[in-house]
Amino acid sequence: MRLKDKVVLITGAAGAIGIAAVKRFSEEGAKVMLADVNLESLQPLVAQLGADRAACVAVDVTQPDQVENMVRACTDAFGGIDVFVANAGIEGKIGEIIDSDVANLDKVLAVNVRGVWLGLHYVIPVMKNGGGGSIIITSSGAGVKGAANMVPYNTSKHAVIGMMRCAALECTQYNIRVNTVNPGPIESRMMRSIAEGFAPGGGDDFNQKITAQTPMGRYGQPVEIANMMVFLGSDESSYCTGSVYMVDGGNAT
Amino acid sequence: MTFDFSGKVVLVTGAAAGLGFACAQAFVTAGARVVITDISQAALDKAVAELQGEGGEVLGLLNDASKSADVNALLDKIVERYGRLDIAVNNAGTSSPLSDFHEVAESEFDRVLAVNLKGVWLCMQAEIRQMLKQGGGCIVNMASATSRNTYPGAAPYVTSKFAVAGLTRTVAVDYAERNIRINAICPGNVATPLVLSMVEDLSVLSAKHAMKRLGTPAEVANGVLYLASDLSSFSTGSLLEVDGGWNAI
Repeated sequence: MRLKDKVVLITGAAGAIGIAAVKRFSEEGAKVMLADVNLESLQPLVAQLGADRAACVAVDVTQPDQVENMVRACTDAFGGIDVFVANAGIEGKIGEIIDSDVANLDKVLAVNVRGVWLGLHYVIPVMKNGGGGSIIITSSGAGVKGAANMVPYNTSKHAVIGMMRCAALECTQYNIRVNTVNPGPIESRMMRSIAEGFAPGGGDDFNQKITAQTPMGRYGQPVEIANMMVFLGSDESSYCTGSVYMVDGGNAT
Repeated sequence: MTFDFSGKVVLVTGAAAGLGFACAQAFVTAGARVVITDISQAALDKAVAELQGEGGEVLGLLNDASKSADVNALLDKIVERYGRLDIAVNNAGTSSPLSDFHEVAESEFDRVLAVNLKGVWLCMQAEIRQMLKQGGGCIVNMASATSRNTYPGAAPYVTSKFAVAGLTRTVAVDYAERNIRINAICPGNVATPLVLSMVEDLSVLSAKHAMKRLGTPAEVANGVLYLASDLSSFSTGSLLEVDGGWNAI
């Protein structure tokens, strides 16, 4: 087991990648705090893992008091935080800049950028006191490439790479490593929603286009992202910080 | 042991010392059958003895990665012995003494590129031919933190490592739908014989990294094993940094 009795806090834990991460970290021996805006959907997973190995907390990552409360819930339950997976994110509406409203931009940046910053702001002191840790931010293939009609999401995923790099440099003194994982197209609610946004009612064509653009010729599975998160969360990656880790079937090539 | 490569046939080139040896050691620990190569028979014998002492099934073969006949013969020997090649780590590499660019001899450019770039090219060609026959495989190339960053006075080396990154990404796409994953690892500085041959004062190197320390061979090997394992099944054409934050500065 790579993470026996380590404490892992995961936001966006009710999403496809979040659920896979919860399961993989748990399999590697970690105690996991699941956080999501949708608390009810977390409870069955917590019940399955057992109250001594998992707990959940509701959080809107855009709200400082709620993020602070989430961090406290984790330290109260498990005594600290060794790994923080800042995974909560939304895709926003698909559309050209000229047809989009600024409220959509604000909403996406609030969750995907401000939310990550707040997580770092409240988690880093806990890790510092605990002697170190590993922070993994979910960026995206959209964090390194452009895509028409996806400005808010792409902007947000580029932004967290910059945030990660700066945080990594600030945090080496505290023995905290900070990296991003950048998933390519993954079988998930979010990808289905993006497909629907591009091609209402015609998701199959969109899926074929995405598959054709991906050298491996397929969507990734959430567990394939979670495996990278486990690697970055474990001591196996002890010399890895400040970097971008693509898991994208070759998409960014 | 956190990785399991039981029964897998693994080739690590340039594995008598440094990062290659650490990779071979990690694969041995994880249960693989490991073929190591080097250009020095004496160094190879010593490495094989050490790895066998750790209980590994290890075969050492003298090989110059920059010579196509040598590389093709190497693959023939591996297939003759084990019938297949599951994983290849193209690690063999060399460097030049640090020097002003305008004074680098043409022969130095040729020598460094022959091993670091043409060697990876030739090895990948031979490996992929075999992997296509057997239905798949996994390749990890030894790139460098200087596949994206610069280092003063190291033009031949840095050029070769930028090239390895481009080669890795390009070839990865070509075989992505044929069950061959190809990625590269980008280590920061580790106190290996190669690094020591370029830079004497290691404190200069430590300062390049956000962590203000050099990496260990085992830390680089961990990244190689991750890329060689099924944990990275959706990763191809990617560069995995193990560089203590050099890349973020």
